[in-house]
Amino acid sequence: MSSRERILGRVRRALADVPADVPSDDSPIERGYLRAHGDSGVEETTDLLAENLADYRAIVHRCTLADLPATIAGMLAARGAKSVLVPPGLDREWLSAADAEQVADRAESTPHELDQVDSVVTACAVAVAETGTIVLDGSPDQGRRRITLVPDHHICVVRVPEQVVSSVPQALEHLDPARPLTWISGPSATSDIELDRVEGVHGPRTLEVVLVG
Amino acid sequence: MSGTYLGMPAFPKAAHGAVHDSTLRGNLRHATHTIRAKRAKAVAEVSDWAELREAGKRIKDHTLRHLDRYLVRLEESVTAAGGTVHWAADADEANRIVTDLVKATGESEVVKVKSMATQEIGLNEALEAEGIRAYETDLAELIVQLGKDRPSHILVPAIHRNRGEIRDIFTHEMGEWGRPAPEGLTDTPAELAEAARLHLREKFLRAKVGVSGANFMVAETGTLVVVESEGNGRMCLTLPETLISVVGIEKIVPTWRDLEVFLQTLPRSSTAERMNPYTSTWTGTTDDDGPRTFHLVLLDNGRTDTLADEVGRQALRCIRCSACLNVCPVYERAGGHAYGSVYPGPIGAILSPQLRGVTSEIDASLPYASSLCGACYEVCPVAIDIPEVLVHLRERVVEGGEVTAQGNKVVLKPAKGHAAERAAMRAARWAFSRPGALRTGQRLASRTRRLHPRSLPGPGRAWSGTRDLPALPAEPFRDWWQRTHGGRDGAK
Ligand code: SF4
Repeated sequence: MSSRERILGRVRRALADVPADVPSDDSPIERGYLRAHGDSGVEETTDLLAENLADYRAIVHRCTLADLPATIAGMLAARGAKSVLVPPGLDREWLSAADAEQVADRAESTPHELDQVDSVVTACAVAVAETGTIVLDGSPDQGRRRITLVPDHHICVVRVPEQVVSSVPQALEHLDPARPLTWISGPSATSDIELDRVEGVHGPRTLEVVLVG
Repeated sequence: MSGTYLGMPAFPKAAHGAVHDSTLRGNLRHATHTIRAKRAKAVAEVSDWAELREAGKRIKDHTLRHLDRYLVRLEESVTAAGGTVHWAADADEANRIVTDLVKATGESEVVKVKSMATQEIGLNEALEAEGIRAYETDLAELIVQLGKDRPSHILVPAIHRNRGEIRDIFTHEMGEWGRPAPEGLTDTPAELAEAARLHLREKFLRAKVGVSGANFMVAETGTLVVVESEGNGRMCLTLPETLISVVGIEKIVPTWRDLEVFLQTLPRSSTAERMNPYTSTWTGTTDDDGPRTFHLVLLDNGRTDTLADEVGRQALRCIRCSACLNVCPVYERAGGHAYGSVYPGPIGAILSPQLRGVTSEIDASLPYASSLCGACYEVCPVAIDIPEVLVHLRERVVEGGEVTAQGNKVVLKPAKGHAAERAAMRAARWAFSRPGALRTGQRLASRTRRLHPRSLPGPGRAWSGTRDLPALPAEPFRDWWQRTHGGRDGAK
């Protein structure tokens, strides 16, 4: 007997005492919880997003679309970034004012090469106000997962209000599980040493989020 | 289950050493109290916590009720998404599968993201025996691995180490494993974290094989979820060419939507954050992004035996948030190592004896590693009634009875060496069924408490030999209630 059959057989025998009265559709669960905590308008939701992002030590900027290229250029310059990774589908306009050398995200580039790049700029799929989270889904304007992981500085652009939702349940509705997703709430952090929080153990040490709109 | 640490003394003995280690106790008290207070705040922020908790419980119970169906569904969806599913009935089989998969890649090292399941099966040791080095990449796990130590907490495994000890471990051991610690390393957390970053980055960038566990697996879509803080998880999940995930069969949720419950309750219960810094989800393989090969090893290793126990099966709802550890007065004093298992604290006290059976001395003693104060049940985000299971397991240890072991029904004999416990249980049952006698007994005991010995005479000696008898309260609870509430509940 294969282990598969053995395990499934054990599961069935283990459950012999439970009456088979449960409806057969997936997860017929009573969900008494809320879809979102409070229903606030666009402005309040965006403020909450900014507040929660900042609470987890992301640096938050707000600007209009027209000001975006200058804002990004300023952020890169302030860090002295010499090179910046650019996902293939990123709006070229966004980097039009930046001085840093633009590095394309190529399939052949090794992790060692990515490690040499200073910054990365991406869009996002959705941002969650209640938790201060941005979610990347690997779309062309966000690129492969590793480009937002290896460089030490990540700039993420969120379009307001289209990409902002209030809650985790709303975010999951917007996302496609077939895509690889990365949920980011603040920069990489650890509290493993005497519970002192330290930023940037392995992922980017600095996360800057630009709320545009 | 091969997770028993060899030569591990039973809980009372191990705990005895720990409670007299003042550094350990200090570290633990500070840590558990800090996390506890933060958690309460994070939970209070969410007005529908009770409903989320109830939904989490129901989703898990429903999944367990139909586990066979959801396992098959998961296998189909992972396979359809380009992954390969393996089934492992026990630790040996799981280790063999992973070892063979790593060997097939031609590699002799793997990077690992913290995983309870791989610790439970002793994967690192099994790989080592085949000449494969497994690098732990979670900062705390790195501290534990370099210190040739064992984890002591689910969430903060090196909680028993302070910064000075960590500095010494890094200075002396890092060079053995790769990039040495920088010269003149101090003990500030930021410098220590930086040393770990440099040491591990070298490994991440060259790694060809990653090994992980998972917090959740979605049957409907075949999606796996890993929740973490540092980014070492993302490194292991996305940079290598091959990814092997070893996951207990109880980690399934039926639908994508079900994640909305656990992604709200897990971070708040565990690190007391609204959301942990990184959550990764992946479904099979994706062209040009992440590993080209993905293997999922579904692990039983005692889980189906646990499922067969009508009272104990609720332990399989556990999402390993570690909230129960941080509120447990016994854990706070004894520390994680005393539990002799990768699962410490209240959840360990009910999970290990079920996964492994109660035949060993340590496993037979674990259900007694509790004061039954109920704090663990209060904080549990999936409402596992840990005290109920503890009492149930105590009875099993004492009385024996029918249990399932490796899929077969066996009749367990009453445990040897527990004659005193048996007597204590009988006495307790007798007293609880006769409220009058209990009341008199308590009053008597409390009035004479200054005369009480530190250990019990006669057959009770074996029992009190491993325990300091608790100081008795000046006034029994019943009397206090009577006095302050005027017997309004009708109790006379
Ligand atoms: S038993 Fe409950 S509180 Fe304890 S780790 Fe598991 S889910 Fe968390």
